[in-house]
Amino acid sequence: MASDENGAGPQEALLEIRDLKTHFPLDEGTVRAVDGVDLEVSRRQVVGVVGESGCGKSMTAMSIMRLIPPPGQIVEGEIRFHRPFDDRDDASDIIDLAQLESNSRQLRDIRGNQISMVFQEPMTALSPVRTVGKQISEAILLHQDVNKAEARDIAIETLARVKMPNPEQRFDDYPFQLSGGMRQRAVIAMALACRPQLLIADEPTTALDVTTEAQILDLMRELQSESDMAILYITHNLGVVAEMAEEVVVMYMGKVVERTNVDSIFYNAKHPYTKGLLNSIPRLEDVLQDKREKLNAIEGMVPSPYQRLQGCTFHPRCPDFMPGVCDEAEPQLIQLEEGHAVRCHLYT
Amino acid sequence: MTVYIIQRVMRMIPLLFLLSLIAFLIIQLPPGDYLTEHINALRASGRDVDEAEVERLMKQYALDRPMHVQYLTWIRNILLKGSFGQSFQWGRPVNEVIGDKMALTFLLAIFTTIFVWTISVPIGIYVSVRQYTFTDYLFTMIGFIGLAVPGFLLAMVVMYFSFAWFGLKVGGLFSPAFELEPWSIAKFQNMLTRIWVPVLILGIGGTAHIIRVMRATMLDELRKQYVTVARSKGLSEFAVLMNYPVRIAINPLISSLGFLLPWIISGGTVVEIVLNLPTAAVVLYRSLLSQDMFLAGSFILLVGTLALVGSLLADIALAAVDPRIRFGSVEEM
Repeated sequence: MASDENGAGPQEALLEIRDLKTHFPLDEGTVRAVDGVDLEVSRRQVVGVVGESGCGKSMTAMSIMRLIPPPGQIVEGEIRFHRPFDDRDDASDIIDLAQLESNSRQLRDIRGNQISMVFQEPMTALSPVRTVGKQISEAILLHQDVNKAEARDIAIETLARVKMPNPEQRFDDYPFQLSGGMRQRAVIAMALACRPQLLIADEPTTALDVTTEAQILDLMRELQSESDMAILYITHNLGVVAEMAEEVVVMYMGKVVERTNVDSIFYNAKHPYTKGLLNSIPRLEDVLQDKREKLNAIEGMVPSPYQRLQGCTFHPRCPDFMPGVCDEAEPQLIQLEEGHAVRCHLYT
Repeated sequence: MTVYIIQRVMRMIPLLFLLSLIAFLIIQLPPGDYLTEHINALRASGRDVDEAEVERLMKQYALDRPMHVQYLTWIRNILLKGSFGQSFQWGRPVNEVIGDKMALTFLLAIFTTIFVWTISVPIGIYVSVRQYTFTDYLFTMIGFIGLAVPGFLLAMVVMYFSFAWFGLKVGGLFSPAFELEPWSIAKFQNMLTRIWVPVLILGIGGTAHIIRVMRATMLDELRKQYVTVARSKGLSEFAVLMNYPVRIAINPLISSLGFLLPWIISGGTVVEIVLNLPTAAVVLYRSLLSQDMFLAGSFILLVGTLALVGSLLADIALAAVDPRIRFGSVEEM
């Protein structure tokens, strides 16, 4: 169905975020963790969100789930979720998640059911005193009209789907009896148990070793292709983005700075920040040929979150900084070509 | 689990031995002994002392023999005959003196715990999710007042006001009519109408303490990722709290249950004296004053044993609720 190269016609949209602002009013000042994010995810699409730590990518995810830790709150914007009807595949009901009361019935109906999330740390994502099975079947019992035995069957089946070895025995195990990779499989199973339309994965492989990471990435790709699920994949790892995503969104200081498909991000990046990110990936061949002495980091540091910069937020670190332009006016996200948008004065 | 319990019980045996040794040493510490004191007092007042009786007691408790023989005689009587010896002060066997008092102390401890837990655990949970709000500060303040005001002072205040306003005498555990009666349902009911006063007074300090402990451990747990994960499943906030952070935050409290009895005995003595309660702490205090060594020693031994058994039960309960202990996992979470 999602054969169209540009992703989504309007009927295919699953999630549309418009000008989302999530701020944290702290004593030291307001932290604008998410400061006007626009983002779309179509059905069955994998969208990667990349950026440095603190760029607001996780808080964007938490805003969608409405799980922003206090005192943070959504101050502006829309999170339009196209909730499919249970019986029909071609129509949907649009809900603005940003408008729902946090912890409201309606929101809890969506959480873990139509939108679910996989978190970064599999070690701490599960309660140590309850069995893996209990923690998975809890969500099933909550959202589906099944009894405990049926929930157990579904949970074991889901554990089998995520390729957990001996799912029946693992069901009664406690999290500390599982390895890191197995725990992350359990966490993914928990998120998939109710067959969500959208899975938000917030750096699900960061805490794992590379071999396990590769296995989990394979698994997620496989699960995505065999179901109707879209994935919003949050990571700081561009290699992972290349493997997973169709669309890529680059974030810096709470804003989307570039948005395009995965090929053009690697071969036709426009924003100086995106170029910097790509440049800072160490290349094995360069190292082997002794071409470089040190890693290419982006100059400077991420500014303090309390600081409000005039103009483009990247200008203090930008190699293409144009005095009088970049530090004066805030650039808008402009459409360069079909499906490629960038927020930079170089292109205006 | 069975292996865990057996291991845990085995570890108690050397502790019990050590405890009996310490209990014995404590009662031997003050110079002289009750019998000598008693005889001297009788002689001083010019009364006749039954030499044969003195002789018999000396022999029975090996008071004329070296210390280790005394200890062995004492412990042998306890282990083999179940006899804790004679209370000189009361003129009756220690077993008789202790039985009743221990039961009442136990009852008081149980009631106090139920009171403390039913009040402070929900409040502790509530203030942890409302950190830094007015309610949090209010309960913190009340809690600190509860911690800071000595129990005996509170006891006197309660006694004064209940007498001045309602004409009630709240001292003791029974009305005078029931004081010397044997146990009956009516006596138990009579006790229930009076036991709330010491329960309340003894409980106030404990309540404040447990609210603080519960709040602190809850705040630790609430920050953990599994709470957010539980919310992301769509559980209601109440279900999230009860099934996730509370399940873990309650553990330190369960493990502290074992020290309940020693806490009531050592912490509540002054309160119980003020309120004129027939509890173990008061009897222990008097027996120590009058060097009634067998009574005091038996008390120390019994309370120590109960503390050990209590912590055993608490450990077993903790293992039942926390699989990490059951499976001997040492991983930090």
